[in-house]
Amino acid sequence: MSFDFKGKVVFITGAGAGLGFACAQSFVKAGAKVALADISSEAVSSAVVSLGEQGGEVIGLTGDVSIAADVERMLAEVIKSFGRLDIAVNNAGISSALVPLAETQESDYDRVMGVNIKGVWLCMRAELQQMEQQGSGCIVNIASALSQKTYPGASFYVSSKFAVAGLTRNAAVEYATKNIRINAVCPGNVATPLVVSAVEDTSALAELHAMKRLGTPEEIANAVLFLASDLASFNTGTLLPVDGGWTAI
Amino acid sequence: MRLDQKVVLITGAAGGIGIAAVRRFVEEGARVVIADMNIGALEAIVDELGRDKAACVQVDVSQAEQVESMVDFCVATFGGIDVFVANAGIEGKIGEISDSTVENFDRVMSVNVRGVWLGLHYVIPVMRQGGGGSIIITSSGAGVKGSVNMVPYNTSKHAVIGLMRCAALESAKYNIRVNTVNPGAIETRMMRSIEDGFVPGDGSQFKQQLEQMTPMGRYGLPEEVANMMVFLASDESSYCTGSVYMVDGGNAA
Repeated sequence: MSFDFKGKVVFITGAGAGLGFACAQSFVKAGAKVALADISSEAVSSAVVSLGEQGGEVIGLTGDVSIAADVERMLAEVIKSFGRLDIAVNNAGISSALVPLAETQESDYDRVMGVNIKGVWLCMRAELQQMEQQGSGCIVNIASALSQKTYPGASFYVSSKFAVAGLTRNAAVEYATKNIRINAVCPGNVATPLVVSAVEDTSALAELHAMKRLGTPEEIANAVLFLASDLASFNTGTLLPVDGGWTAI
Repeated sequence: MRLDQKVVLITGAAGGIGIAAVRRFVEEGARVVIADMNIGALEAIVDELGRDKAACVQVDVSQAEQVESMVDFCVATFGGIDVFVANAGIEGKIGEISDSTVENFDRVMSVNVRGVWLGLHYVIPVMRQGGGGSIIITSSGAGVKGSVNMVPYNTSKHAVIGLMRCAALESAKYNIRVNTVNPGAIETRMMRSIEDGFVPGDGSQFKQQLEQMTPMGRYGLPEEVANMMVFLASDESSYCTGSVYMVDGGNAA
């Protein structure tokens, strides 16, 4: 990847593993200063060490995106450390065990919706306040192929990703004349801890895609960096699919 | 050099978006075969880019023999095709359905849909032989939304999305990716023609209306569309196929 993000400040949630960590790695390679946020302090610490070894200027933040006070605290820490916020990647997301809708539980609803859509909203709210003050900014949300397709058994995950797409588009229109671009990447199935823990047979998952394989975290990160760059200067409210052909059918 | 060693064939290469894309492809290390009805404009571009990097061929994409010759020419010149940009398209005449001619409908569909199908028909076998490739079809914001007084254009841009999805599903096993790029209103001759068609003699009034309807409040630049084409042409988009990629200042949001 030959993007140049030298001097840019990037905030990434769910950065301790999977897509978030892959994005952080790519941004570090491209010269950005990165604030890594995750609910797991362990994951954050090892990520910070690993990226620091790769020459990155990074800080680690531990917090739960579904809690407003945590989000406010983390964003304040980013500004205190780096002075500004150029790019935010709202990637933190969880799923729950597959279960038919009639057997779903309120606790799972609150948990999954809390992280996947409330968390995205809370982060966007704080990010936009900062970006509006600055007069510029760029937000990339991690939505999903399941923002427009269904997956029986995953009512909350699917609903939350439809919601992320709607929130992304709505906010994009609101802030389009404020020099703030807001877009989403819609990944298909990628071999991350989230996917591997949720599904027994990833080869069956691969069959859903015309390309007959799962995506890699780097392939998703490529799309995130593209949307975050000036190359995407006429893109806002875009849902950018990276799904190996899953949504073609 | 995000397109290092890649050979790109692009139709409609003399148009606003086409020229911007050609320049970006070459900047990123590609060699290009540029095709269009307007051979004079193409020759000038080849002179600008250099004959080691570019070659040109005249083509009416609605004619099967001409598309076949164009593909043969690309293979003969640079050895294969890694990226095919089916970008040639016409806007047709402005008017309501019952005020429009059958000829206008046929012409627009012939260039914009048949021409794309013909391109895929002749290019895919070449890409199969070469071990894969990336196909980018220029659709439009008008391919995902309705509009008035440009029914053939709008219909054709919806149609190529269907064509793209099917081609992507068929061709994944050959390591060929197929996607569309969907520009909104872009600063090109085509938009000048459309503006004048809607408000004869005062096209800038129509431009203002369109700008006001666009969340970003402006037209896009050809380079901004070219940037999305480069992303889809390069290995960075290796998991992208069968999808629609807007470059529209927020219109489809």
